[in-house]
Amino acid sequence: MQQVEPQEEVLGKSLTGIQGFDQITDGGLPQGRITLIVGGPGTGKTLFAMQFLVNGVRMYNEPGVFVAFEETKKKLAQNTASLGFKINELVQQKKLHVDYIYIERKEIEETGEYDLEGLFVRLGHAIDSIGAKRVVLDTLEAIFAGFSNEAILRAELRRLFRWLEEKGVTAIVTAERGPEMLTRYGLEEYVSDCVIVLDHRITEQVSTRRLRVVKYRGSTHGTNEYPYLIDENGMSILPITSIGLDYHSTTDRISSGIPRLDAMLGGKGFYRATSILVSGTAGTGKSSLALSFANETCKNGQKCLYMTFEESPNQVIRNMRSIGIDLLPWVDKGLLKMTAVRSTYYGLETHLVTIHKMVESLNPAVVIMDPITNLITVGAAADVKSMLTRLIDYLKGKSITAMFTNLTHIGSGLEATESEISSLMDTWVLLRDIEIGGERNRGLYILKSRGMSHSNQIREFLLSEKGINLLDIYVGPGGVLTGSARAAREAEDRANDVLRQDEIAALQRELERKRKVVQSQVESLQAGLEADEQEIKKKINESKLRQKVTTEESEQMAKLRKADANSAKKQTK
Amino acid sequence: MYVYNDTPTSRSASANLQKLCDEHLKGQCDIEIIDIMKKPEVAYDEQIVAIPTLVKQSPLPVRRLIGDLSNKERLLVSLDIGR
Repeated sequence: MQQVEPQEEVLGKSLTGIQGFDQITDGGLPQGRITLIVGGPGTGKTLFAMQFLVNGVRMYNEPGVFVAFEETKKKLAQNTASLGFKINELVQQKKLHVDYIYIERKEIEETGEYDLEGLFVRLGHAIDSIGAKRVVLDTLEAIFAGFSNEAILRAELRRLFRWLEEKGVTAIVTAERGPEMLTRYGLEEYVSDCVIVLDHRITEQVSTRRLRVVKYRGSTHGTNEYPYLIDENGMSILPITSIGLDYHSTTDRISSGIPRLDAMLGGKGFYRATSILVSGTAGTGKSSLALSFANETCKNGQKCLYMTFEESPNQVIRNMRSIGIDLLPWVDKGLLKMTAVRSTYYGLETHLVTIHKMVESLNPAVVIMDPITNLITVGAAADVKSMLTRLIDYLKGKSITAMFTNLTHIGSGLEATESEISSLMDTWVLLRDIEIGGERNRGLYILKSRGMSHSNQIREFLLSEKGINLLDIYVGPGGVLTGSARAAREAEDRANDVLRQDEIAALQRELERKRKVVQSQVESLQAGLEADEQEIKKKINESKLRQKVTTEESEQMAKLRKADANSAKKQTK
Repeated sequence: MYVYNDTPTSRSASANLQKLCDEHLKGQCDIEIIDIMKKPEVAYDEQIVAIPTLVKQSPLPVRRLIGDLSNKERLLVSLDIGR
């Protein structure tokens, strides 16, 4: 027997290469130790284990041994071939060794003392033959089904685990969930280093898979449940992202694709890497607005991921053409990726994992989810908020701008349904119907937009073949008017304007005329005055002359009558 | 009979087997003792997990008996050997 090596201070870890898992555990499984993976049927234990081995070969150059207690060679290859593992290939390359151990209880009679040395021999031989560093025993519980002497079995289990550790391999042992203990046969007692539980539950007809690290000695690990999904590439786990709200925030702005909307948003548009909610009742144009944003993003050469939960991509493209926006070129260039899936088909977590995967592979600048309505009605309010929080955190951490559309119902307070999620959103654009005079028009306004001053006015939201436009609504004595009422009133206004102008012109002409009249009157009066003046002056002159003449004559007379005059004067005195 | 090395269990199994043959199957048995430590590939081929394992190949049905054969009653019954 080899010497047991002293336990090391720092636990080495063995990377699994399974997306998300190495992050949750900060490095993978404990190296040289045994990990127990527990789960019900169909939860993916075998898959996890096989992925661990295959990745070990492909990514970390560590050969592995897979010991199958329950599946046949064919079945195992079949189940994992669809995942592209190509096990046979690796076996031929001597990088992977697969051993099938059959324990047929019916065939076995126990006649005394025994041990499970045969297992050790086979395992040892397999490990040594390819220099394996990773081992999987799937499922070890089969020995309990095969042999009945529990005392012997348990003793041998203990021996096996010690032996594996001495061999220095990192091992995974799988087991089924038990009714009382964690596992049916209490295997968790023997595994002290790491225990992982896989869970698969169905809520409202939708299946959700969750993984939880129940135990991980010597390492800090998140104790939460993490959603995961299984698809053609294997298993993907969604790690919870930044627990602290410490993502870098930016002052970059991006255009919404609608100039007037940018104008309403402090003049420049949305902040990059923020979350935007566009909500409104049916038919208000939320998708059009969102796709206009997508269009703008692609125009700037950036990638956009558009996830539709209600319409097919072709339908969406067709619809947008009718308002003059052609998305097909972007799709062809690979800038716009559209995916469509019924939201009720998967659980919330599965959607989240799917988004995670797509974002990782595409690395877009913008992600649009249209609409999130059904997603948020599937789970309980608290779950929904937690899911969205994770999603938004994740996207912000990657500096991705996220836009969500949401359908609200007529009748409910417009903002009621979203009260839970609105606090997660940095910008909230509301589209509502304005019903006046027998017509229904769309109005848009910005309910909130963090970090910028935004317009608080309602604009009329118009879709036409030329695209989207926002118009000022009419605010007048009759109240707010939109649509044809607005147009009518504006026309009226214009008409009135014209009329007034005519009036003014007429009055001015009147004034002119009067002035002229008065002027001419003044002129004639003045002329009269002058004439009179002349006349009077003449008369005055004449009088003066007469007077002068008279005076002169008097003096003459007086001279002539000098003597007489004087004497007359004397006499009269 | 498949044994491993020279452990007490293996030895006592061999011994018991021999005794059985001598007492009940005089000259009518064909015993082969295989040490899987020396021939590990046999463990694969014959799907040996427990040690010691006795495989009765004939007469049919094929039977597997595990243990050191100390439980004589079971042994006889399993091997269909009358008293």
